[in-house]
Amino acid sequence: MVDFNRFTLANGLKVLVHEDATTPMAVLNILYDVGARDENPEQTGFAHLFEHLMFGGSVNIPNYDEPLQRVGGENNAFTSNDITNYYITLPSENIETAFWLESDRMLSLAFSDKSLETQRNVVSEEFKQRYLNQPYGDVWLKLRPLAYKKHSYRWATIGKELSHIENAKIEDVKAFFKKHYTPQNAILVVGGNVKTEDVKKLAEKWFEPIPAGDKYNRNLVQEDPQTEARTETIKANVPLNAIYIAFKMPGRLDGDYYAFDLLSDILSRGQSSRLYNSLLKEQQLFSDINAYISSSLDPGLFIVEGKLIEGVSMEVAEKAILAELDKLKTELVSPTELTKVKNKVESVLVFSEMSLLDKAMNLAYYELLGNADLLNQETEEFLKVTAEDIKRISNNTFDHKSSSTLYYLTDENA
Amino acid sequence: MLNRQQAPDFKQVSTINFIHPTENKLDNDIPVYTVYSGEQDLVRIEFIFNNVNYDVEKPLQAIAVSTMLNNGTKKLSSKEIAEQIDFYGAFFQTEYVQDQSSVTLYTLNKHLASVLPIVKDVLSESQFPQKELDIYIQNQKQKLQVSLKKNDILSRKEFAKALFGNTAYGVDIKAEHYDAIKRDDLVDYFKAAYAPNNCTIMVSGKFDEESLSLLNNQFGKDWEKSNAVKNHFNFSATPQQFIYKEKPDALQSAIRLGKIAINRKHEDFAGLQILNCVLGGYFGSRLMTNIREEKGYTYGIGSGISALQDAGYFFIATEVGADVCTSALSEIYKEIELLKNELVSEEELGLVRNYMLGSMLGSLENVFSHADKFKNIHFSGLGYDYYEKYIHTVKTITSEEIKALANKYLSTDDFTEVVIGKK
Repeated sequence: MVDFNRFTLANGLKVLVHEDATTPMAVLNILYDVGARDENPEQTGFAHLFEHLMFGGSVNIPNYDEPLQRVGGENNAFTSNDITNYYITLPSENIETAFWLESDRMLSLAFSDKSLETQRNVVSEEFKQRYLNQPYGDVWLKLRPLAYKKHSYRWATIGKELSHIENAKIEDVKAFFKKHYTPQNAILVVGGNVKTEDVKKLAEKWFEPIPAGDKYNRNLVQEDPQTEARTETIKANVPLNAIYIAFKMPGRLDGDYYAFDLLSDILSRGQSSRLYNSLLKEQQLFSDINAYISSSLDPGLFIVEGKLIEGVSMEVAEKAILAELDKLKTELVSPTELTKVKNKVESVLVFSEMSLLDKAMNLAYYELLGNADLLNQETEEFLKVTAEDIKRISNNTFDHKSSSTLYYLTDENA
Repeated sequence: MLNRQQAPDFKQVSTINFIHPTENKLDNDIPVYTVYSGEQDLVRIEFIFNNVNYDVEKPLQAIAVSTMLNNGTKKLSSKEIAEQIDFYGAFFQTEYVQDQSSVTLYTLNKHLASVLPIVKDVLSESQFPQKELDIYIQNQKQKLQVSLKKNDILSRKEFAKALFGNTAYGVDIKAEHYDAIKRDDLVDYFKAAYAPNNCTIMVSGKFDEESLSLLNNQFGKDWEKSNAVKNHFNFSATPQQFIYKEKPDALQSAIRLGKIAINRKHEDFAGLQILNCVLGGYFGSRLMTNIREEKGYTYGIGSGISALQDAGYFFIATEVGADVCTSALSEIYKEIELLKNELVSEEELGLVRNYMLGSMLGSLENVFSHADKFKNIHFSGLGYDYYEKYIHTVKTITSEEIKALANKYLSTDDFTEVVIGKK
């Protein structure tokens, strides 16, 4: 159970407070409701590049990191296709420094050309390090545009190509800030050794004077239903053949989300899972096999991926995966197997409460979903899922016609 | 009127409280250290074994045993073990590191009594079936092929081999090492290492008298002792080495450089950690500021000191654009020379002090972290005065002392420099 108090400032900024007196630390987490899905198709990778620029100094504070380190704090951030999330952890007695820093960069950035130039280079190196200079590193750069034709999920957060990042201009940076980095578009969570009344005073002092800005109304082009199977074959300097199959599934707010999460657990969570036992241990077709969901806010993907044992044909490997998925469409999952994945989820949720930062991030994310209380109702939602639900969603999802398959082959198989 | 240019007042961290464990012994003398917290209804139990009987001809013995531990006992198959552990929502993890192999159980308290017997079965009766071993060898060789395509992994391997040779700290694992694994070697190693007289149990979380008695009923008896010999290695400084492996297609080069240094037991260790922090130990470090934030050569660069039981080593690691590799290297050496020749300013040192104290406070997030802090000192034969001394050193070290440490420990004329990619 993650308790919290909640209030909204006059400028529309939502604030949640989680009091935890067991720690001498505090966390200030701020989620901006903007991700790669909000980008212009000609300027992809921008939300993430922007995240880097948020550390390049703000209107009144030339350096963001230094004053925070000076009070014993640390910070980081991440960008996904849906959100951008920033967090600070620091000794709770110095919490006001976090308010000072975060509020100033919500007020306005310094917009320095030098910072833009450096971060373009840093992000280009990140692009190379994580996506281009790694075996299989570019899978998502290939799989997204195969599975999505219209929706902005068709590009990855790093962007479609290096040139989009290299061409970013300071005017684009300013416009992006004005559009997305407003109080009404953010959720602030403060957690740890703090009191709600103190947080309220600090929030009113530092954040409330920030102008509300214009409300950003999201209106994304949605994907048409997929009616034909899509495939793509790529060859690269990798040692093993691999397969990636993506099926369409509903978004995070769909009532079946919890059933999908359990379905991926049945297939692939740990050494008792179906794919591991059948395909890796018994049939020995794969040396790695996984299934997982993208958990995105708009309709997402259910992915099965594996690396083939040398000498196994792609056709045999693919058929074996599909046979496992077919079983879920025709046979009900046993009560024991369903209880097993539910027990595991229950346990994971209890253990996740060991981390103050995780609690703060989760509160912000669930508030974005509509209500932070959902975080505390998750266990119940998982427990409600039935074997019939699993069978029903398997039938709706594992349909060849709506699959997108990437065959990733070694050069020798070219 | 709110003055946003004025930073709020702040305080340096004054006290850091460490939760000390209580010590018990099981009937067969296995020491049990417990860091208690009643906040959540869960517990983590770690069974920690020294690595033993190192045989240079069989460098994978300990590693393979650790990974395959849950692959079948006399009573349970690999699948049955996984199903039972998962059914109770528990987590069973095995880990091999240079000095120790450990088995960690995470469970909700309500399932402790159900899962402990499974863990006991695994720790005392593992069989390493040939069929499972064949699968393990096949899959590990495939994973190794993927790893060997990653420049940063290659740079780690080359660096460790250059410093530590064919010991457990340095051995360069190749596909043929996997082919050479024999089931009998695994069974022998298992009997030697996974024995009560080579075991320390570290508990953290909610754990009462009754839980201790459950633990004692399972692990305090019916478990054969062994007479294994704990690994011990001797190292001396290595000469300067430049290792360069060209990868014609590389977009980035992986760089790793450093040398054998000191470990936690040495009186200079805390000071060297502060020096390391200034150079490359945090986001505002000199290496990050120069090579990422000013030059944009890399996504990240850092330095560290790794403390092993029989050695310590200092390293700097990064991946940089292939076209700027040579420039990045010369900037790295330049930053080291600066620390040897010029005093760190009071302003920078003050920031580093506060950062390190905040970081230490923040690293004690929950009961698991308190247990981890105890393990750091316990297995180095140190007491909590180690942390008192560390905190005192962070608060009081002078710029002159840091410069002296840089000259003592960071002379680059015996550095090992590894570059994988292009120069």
